[in-house]
Amino acid sequence: MREITLSQAVNEAIAEEMRRDPTVFLLGEDVAEAGTPFKVLKGLVEEFGRERIIDTPISEPGFTGIAVGAAMTGSRPIVDLMFGDFLFLVMDQICNQAAKTHYMSGGKLNVPMVLRTNMGATRRSAAQHSQSLHALVAHIPGLKVAMPSSAYEAKGLMKTAIRDNNPVIIFEDKLMYQEKAPVPEEEYLIPFGQANIVRAGTDVTFVATSSMVQVAQKAAVILSGEGIEAEIIDPRTIVPLDEATILESVRKTSRAIVIDEGHQNYGVTAEIAARISEKAFYYLDAPVQRMGAMDVPVPFSPALEDLTVPTPDGVADRARRLVRGEI
Amino acid sequence: MSRADVKNAEAYLRMYRQMVRIRTFEDNANQLYLSAKMPGLTHMYSGEEGVAVGICEALEKTDHITSTHRGHGHCIAKGADFRQMFCELLGKEEGYCRGKGGSMHIADQANGNLGANAIVGGSAGIATGAALSAKRLGTRDVAVCFFGDGALGQGLLYEVMNMAALWKLPVIYACENNLYGEYTHVSEMAAGDLKARAKSFGIESFEVDGQDVLAVNTLSQDLVARVRKGEGPFFILLNTYRYNGHHVGDIDRAYYRSKQEEQEWKEKRDPITILGDWLTGEKIAGETELEAIRAEVKTDAEAAVRYALDAAYPPATEVDQHVYAA
Repeated sequence: MREITLSQAVNEAIAEEMRRDPTVFLLGEDVAEAGTPFKVLKGLVEEFGRERIIDTPISEPGFTGIAVGAAMTGSRPIVDLMFGDFLFLVMDQICNQAAKTHYMSGGKLNVPMVLRTNMGATRRSAAQHSQSLHALVAHIPGLKVAMPSSAYEAKGLMKTAIRDNNPVIIFEDKLMYQEKAPVPEEEYLIPFGQANIVRAGTDVTFVATSSMVQVAQKAAVILSGEGIEAEIIDPRTIVPLDEATILESVRKTSRAIVIDEGHQNYGVTAEIAARISEKAFYYLDAPVQRMGAMDVPVPFSPALEDLTVPTPDGVADRARRLVRGEI
Repeated sequence: MSRADVKNAEAYLRMYRQMVRIRTFEDNANQLYLSAKMPGLTHMYSGEEGVAVGICEALEKTDHITSTHRGHGHCIAKGADFRQMFCELLGKEEGYCRGKGGSMHIADQANGNLGANAIVGGSAGIATGAALSAKRLGTRDVAVCFFGDGALGQGLLYEVMNMAALWKLPVIYACENNLYGEYTHVSEMAAGDLKARAKSFGIESFEVDGQDVLAVNTLSQDLVARVRKGEGPFFILLNTYRYNGHHVGDIDRAYYRSKQEEQEWKEKRDPITILGDWLTGEKIAGETELEAIRAEVKTDAEAAVRYALDAAYPPATEVDQHVYAA
């Protein structure tokens, strides 16, 4: 199978959906000729024109609000939010408007929009361009949240997101844009709420999101050399969350580590760990472990920044101690 | 007041009736609050009827509006029905939003009302987005964004006006200056010439007496026609007044405005009285006919209130329905 980058996968997904459905359009800062700073959208304006690939002023709340209104009136807009950190600027439009419109209208109005943005530290971009803020929107009923872990996942999830009748936030890990993975030529979609069992194992379950799937995979290789077999579950979407697949795995392995790049406090790791504890408690041989980003603003210095995120060695060490009964 | 160029008796009487319907709806809503029959609070539109009716009478059913926390007037003017509105205010299943929105979130999609909004200025993006949709999809629909003087403090408004001007979107920004944002006079909150804010984006801006429904309607008809031709966006500053407090519980308001000021507006600048006097003066309608309209609306409203009071609440099974669309 051919291999393409995550960036190309996102580009293909958007292009295919725009060819399929004329109501789809995209707006954001420097999305047209510039194709975004990460060049993810390169070439789209040439095919679809500036009427459908719309460069906006630097007005995140404004263009996000415009997308909400467009979505309520027959369009399927994709908002390009250049950095996940800018979510704080658009919270009212996403959380008070987009998320609640369907419910507040008693089901009469829909907001079929996608907000694609990014996450991920260790790019030396410091505290306002490195955050992983998916937990913020996952907290709000009415929003769906997708976290692709590879090029394959990114394409299938993006296509599903564009066809969904709800506001969907997709977080792409900006460090993975140039990473290649096998992606079929033929069309496919990845349904929301169906986790992927990335690796089968018997001794410990890693529930890992986005780039943490790779961290978990590397840790699993280390552990396998020591006779410890880890099972890796990628939820794909944290809202809706495929709780059943996670619980089934934990009931089998009796141990769980939840790994996510958001801050650990009150975060995605806390939510998933709590569900495991609530619903698989009597199957557990050890306390559920959480590994999130450190609860500090992301520091600039490489010497410090690399300390703030989970690493393969860190995950392997935690799993080793868990299996040995040291935790 | 003379309108030699507009002699459409049916339209005048419809506007009169619509303004009376809003006033009567609000009087009943206020009573529901005072008699503790309505959950929560609500914000009265009384005094501002000329604005919503003058503009909405210039719109088609398929045109979109976005509304505010003080939104009953817009909702009625855009074609809503009393029964479903009172049901919504009382949290009943037959309400426009199945009781899930309430006074501050009434939406009436069938009539193009994309919803009231409890975030001041919160719908500026939605209205502008509706206009972008209309332009892209070629529907020829117009979007009107209603907002109060209080929303002039919100940055979102200027972001979307900028984009609407850049992209020549079919949207009209209707600023209802009722002089008070909550409990504070507009002069303490908004610097400079209010119209100049829109003008600086190259948006043609107009000012009109919001108490004169015919003046509002004449201007609106002209602007809506121009918007449909692609000449928008536009900004209208509508000078008006809210008779009640910020919300129904805001009874003691002497600290921010005098009773005398309120009386003067009610006695000298009431939009319903002004149109009524003109209709009788021009012999388009007699006082008996106007009285009949008022009586009929009153009966309708009271029947709708009784219906809503007796209507069922949504079943408990509804609580987690409509979080996500299928």
